[in-house]
Amino acid sequence: MSAHPLLEVTGLRIELLSGAPIVEELDLSLSAGRIVGIVGESGSGKTTTSLALLGFARPGVRIAGGSIRVAGEELVGRPEAELRRLRGRLVSYVPQDPAAALNPSIRIGDQIREVLRAHSGGGEPAEVSRALERVELPATRDFVRRFPHQLSGGQQQRVAIATALVGRPPLVVMDEPTTGLDVVTQASVLDEIQRLRRELGLAIVYVTHNLAVVSSIADEIAVMYAGRIVESGPAAIVLGSPRHPYTRGLVSSIPDFLTPRELRGIPGIAVGIGGRPPGCTFAPRCDQRRDACEVMPPPLEEIATAHRVRCLEWQRTPPLVLTPSGGASTVTATSPLLEVESLRAAHRSRSGDVVAASDISFSIARGEAVALVGESGSGKTTIGRCICGLHAPDGGRILLGGVELAPRAIERPRQARQQIQIVFQNPYDTLNPRTKIIDEIARPARILRGIGRRESLAVAAMLIEQVSLPQRLAHRFPAELSGGERQRVAIARALAAEPSLLICDEITSALDVSVQATVLELLARLRSELGLALLFISHDLGVVAHVASRALVLESGVVREQGTLGDVLERPQDDYTKRLIAAAPRL
Amino acid sequence: MDIAESRSQGPATPGPVSAKRPRAHPLVWFVVRRLAAGVAILAAVSVIVFAGTEILPGDAATAILGRDATPEAVAGLRQQLGLDRPVVEQYTSWVAGLLHGEFGQSLTAGVPVSELIGSRIVDSLILAIVASLVMIPLAVALGVVAGCRPGGVLDSAITWTSLGMIAVPEFVIGTVLVLLFAVRLQWLPAVSLLPFDGGPLDVPSVLVLPVATLVIVGVAYIIRMVRAGVVEVMASDYVQMARLNGVVERRVIVRHGLRNALAPTVQVVALTLQWLIGGLFIVEIVFEYPGIGQGLVQAVIARDIPLVQAVAMIIATVYVLITIVADIVVVLLVPKLRTAV
Amino acid sequence: MSPATRRLPTWVPRASFAHSWSARIGLALTATVLLIAIFGPFFAPHSPSELASGSYAPPSGAYPFGTDLLGRDVLSRVLWGGRSVVGYAVIATALAYLVGGTIGLVSGYSRSLVDPVLMRLVDILLAIPPFLLLLVLATGLGTTPAVLIIGVAAIHVPGIARIVRAATLEVSVRGYVEAAVARGETTSAILRRQILPNITGTVIADGGPRLTISILLVAGLNYLGIGLQPPAADWALMISENRPGLDIQPWSVALPALLIAMLTIGVNVLADAIARSRGVSVDEELIRR
Repeated sequence: MSAHPLLEVTGLRIELLSGAPIVEELDLSLSAGRIVGIVGESGSGKTTTSLALLGFARPGVRIAGGSIRVAGEELVGRPEAELRRLRGRLVSYVPQDPAAALNPSIRIGDQIREVLRAHSGGGEPAEVSRALERVELPATRDFVRRFPHQLSGGQQQRVAIATALVGRPPLVVMDEPTTGLDVVTQASVLDEIQRLRRELGLAIVYVTHNLAVVSSIADEIAVMYAGRIVESGPAAIVLGSPRHPYTRGLVSSIPDFLTPRELRGIPGIAVGIGGRPPGCTFAPRCDQRRDACEVMPPPLEEIATAHRVRCLEWQRTPPLVLTPSGGASTVTATSPLLEVESLRAAHRSRSGDVVAASDISFSIARGEAVALVGESGSGKTTIGRCICGLHAPDGGRILLGGVELAPRAIERPRQARQQIQIVFQNPYDTLNPRTKIIDEIARPARILRGIGRRESLAVAAMLIEQVSLPQRLAHRFPAELSGGERQRVAIARALAAEPSLLICDEITSALDVSVQATVLELLARLRSELGLALLFISHDLGVVAHVASRALVLESGVVREQGTLGDVLERPQDDYTKRLIAAAPRL
Repeated sequence: MDIAESRSQGPATPGPVSAKRPRAHPLVWFVVRRLAAGVAILAAVSVIVFAGTEILPGDAATAILGRDATPEAVAGLRQQLGLDRPVVEQYTSWVAGLLHGEFGQSLTAGVPVSELIGSRIVDSLILAIVASLVMIPLAVALGVVAGCRPGGVLDSAITWTSLGMIAVPEFVIGTVLVLLFAVRLQWLPAVSLLPFDGGPLDVPSVLVLPVATLVIVGVAYIIRMVRAGVVEVMASDYVQMARLNGVVERRVIVRHGLRNALAPTVQVVALTLQWLIGGLFIVEIVFEYPGIGQGLVQAVIARDIPLVQAVAMIIATVYVLITIVADIVVVLLVPKLRTAV
Repeated sequence: MSPATRRLPTWVPRASFAHSWSARIGLALTATVLLIAIFGPFFAPHSPSELASGSYAPPSGAYPFGTDLLGRDVLSRVLWGGRSVVGYAVIATALAYLVGGTIGLVSGYSRSLVDPVLMRLVDILLAIPPFLLLLVLATGLGTTPAVLIIGVAAIHVPGIARIVRAATLEVSVRGYVEAAVARGETTSAILRRQILPNITGTVIADGGPRLTISILLVAGLNYLGIGLQPPAADWALMISENRPGLDIQPWSVALPALLIAMLTIGVNVLADAIARSRGVSVDEELIRR
């Protein structure tokens, strides 16, 4: 490690124009050729920090104090025109959503050329070709003349990376660059990033919420919570023996698909910008807190070489224990609850039909949890929708308790609709914004179980308790609830009908990892309490392994592999499955 | 206003995308399709115009001869005018006439409609063109300036003034202008008196107040919409990305910002031109400007049905044409739509 | 793109409505004019049709703003003249929402053939310049107030149908609506409980500019002499009929002109402030008439 780090951030403070702090007391240093992962969940301030490393603040945000030195150049307090010249040459940025970050009306060759001109004054076609080849994209005339919407997601991201490297900056900041990509593409882009680091000696700041991804490429990790770094150090140590309760909670919430274990989420809600408590910001959710913790925010202490923790009680933090569990309980085969036979479904559009699923057959027994695994476009969501009557299939049959179901929900008898319930992916539009929580939960009980208003409200109150939500939320509106809380309400609403099969369509994909763990715990508990059968739809192998006992792997509407979780994950037969498993990030 | 509905192209597997040849053909087809749709719409509009003007019982013959005419005289005139034929036949012969340039006979003036409206159309066009030439560049410029620095002093001033201007009816503004400049200050004529065989270009002072009225409201209209478009573009991710890539600000604004604000601006201009058509009616009445708007209003008051029908169809055609041209220009400007066509 | 990673931004700035200047000014202007329009007749010193002294008499004690072309008291006519402008505009707009809103809801929710058919009809109506439609209807149906109301409503119907349809489409794919569909609830129950309450925001934001346009249209038609006819007391009519006396006695034109301007500016500013406080831009709404 060199004596002079390439990047040196000291005491960085970023705030809203009103003075409310977003990022506080941030110290970071990075040497050439190293990758640091900045990890945080929503509200942690990591994106704001990543932009600040280029001296950039979004409208309404101000870099209020501290110092950011890149290769000796101070960025804080520099006039915008000078920063413009430094950006791209000294430090560059790879955005999260390349589709939005590329100008839709300029050909990609021209966009690269423009950045070339801004820095080296060049712009020769040869240089553009070299920029593309560096990220393993074809440098043909045809490719160069394409518009961004004519590229795939992975190609767009590579163009974004190529653009970031054009000025030969020693430091590159990447903000969740693989989040929008499917797992296999993500793996190849991550390989790309590592190759570039090796060949060019880049220093990379990799910002993400996904600990598994960052563990595969980062040398050092800095964990952010509510605007401060709460722990930083070498990756192996931070992930293997975390000393801050938050880091520990975070690592314990990440499911691993090869060694299923108990997940322990972090109770409470992530603190937003307005509501930071005076002392340690994590204190309200921490089970190690003392009175002293709530008085003043603890300083970042160096407790071992290069390992720093912001916690007064770090010595009391128990070691990380990952208790293996047996995975989801299997069920002895009885007569199946749900049978799907040769299901075929398509999406109709003006330009023709797209087949979403073809020849899908499987069954679910009472109390069994079956997973549908696949990337987007694999048809898994469509199958789930067909089963609950939201999408009319083109062929095949769906049988519930041996009786064939009509394609649309409204055509099915009440008992069938009551037996199958679904929870959706997006917690922010799954609840009616104009309906109180308790009324929303009570409604299925009234409609599908035929019980009266008073009784249904009582049922709803019980369910609120059963999903571990406080009763005071009963008469609130969804806008006052967090994502995780809304998802619990959605689950309660589904349970109000007393179903025997619950379809979960990517229900945790939009949630922070620590919240995801609590929802998965809830699901497991409910399953054992109620004997609920689950059809669990997800792209995340770790989550699937935690929840289901059997799985179907889907690709482009076709079943590639089917079997128990153990067989599919440890002894995959199909090529696609093997690729999927190889690409899936693990801690 | 319908933008051409584009189907979104899914992530493309790498494959050659030929640059020139196939692109010309789908575009030509697109233009043809839009024109055909326009013709269909005009056909439907013609039905509405025809039905709308002929709903009331008591038809043209009675209107011409007056209430005291004898039934025989009325019947005779009806037959002469072809009003005793079935409605559908009347409609089809009217449409056929339109397509041949025969717009019928004016009831009040007794001469072919085409004679009456020829010069009026020209005069209205002059007014419209002059107003557009003044209004559009000025307003687009102001809208862009306001949009580039939203919340700034200039922007607030521009936004507030336009918010007020846009609300006031043209006839109020026109009347106020007449009060000020024609009556009090006596700088400009209150009424557009044109020489018999000349046009407004011979007496340009006649144009000033009508144009000013149209410009005052029209500018406010355009500014608000252009500003909204510019603000949206300047707040987009790719503009922010250009700044993060180190591109100089002026270039960011022009190459990334304005270039993508071009398509919405074209739509705004089209909408304004359409609005202008409506504005002409009132302004021409306020200033007694002998344009087609004034002609139409007078015809409506006099219930001169053939005149109303003819003028209505001409105006509707221009209106629809503007929409079609705007759609085509927008598709040409936006690569995502161009390649999907 | 693989499963959504869209998270709500951790802070969403919202302008506070009650404290904004535009809200206050808009409210003040609108309320003043509305009060004059609605309660004016109770305070009129003379009858609006009473012929007093000579035409275009200058302001005096008995006639604070002078008389008009026929010798009627300008002040009284102004106090009586607001109801027609405001009344017809409001009725026409309400009618338009009733019809257009229904079309939009039905069209947006049913994914069947009904939707494209209705939308083609709407497009055709949209292809006619607004004023032209009114003039055509006036030619055919005469110049009665009913025609005025129906005509103005007809102009708004396509725009409203489009906006309501778009809002309905957007809401109908949300999770809670799909949950209701999966429960097997009837279409009318879903429209009533899930969709309607959640599109009111858009509708309200759209309502302000639309009311302004209605007022402008009604006033414009009255001005042209194609709406209300003399001897009705109406602000717009007063502006047109008193025009000849502009240099002698400007009050007969200036007073109603001032009130119309105050009303339209007030409604516009107020609508803008309401829309801004909900984070919506009014400009897009203004685009579709």
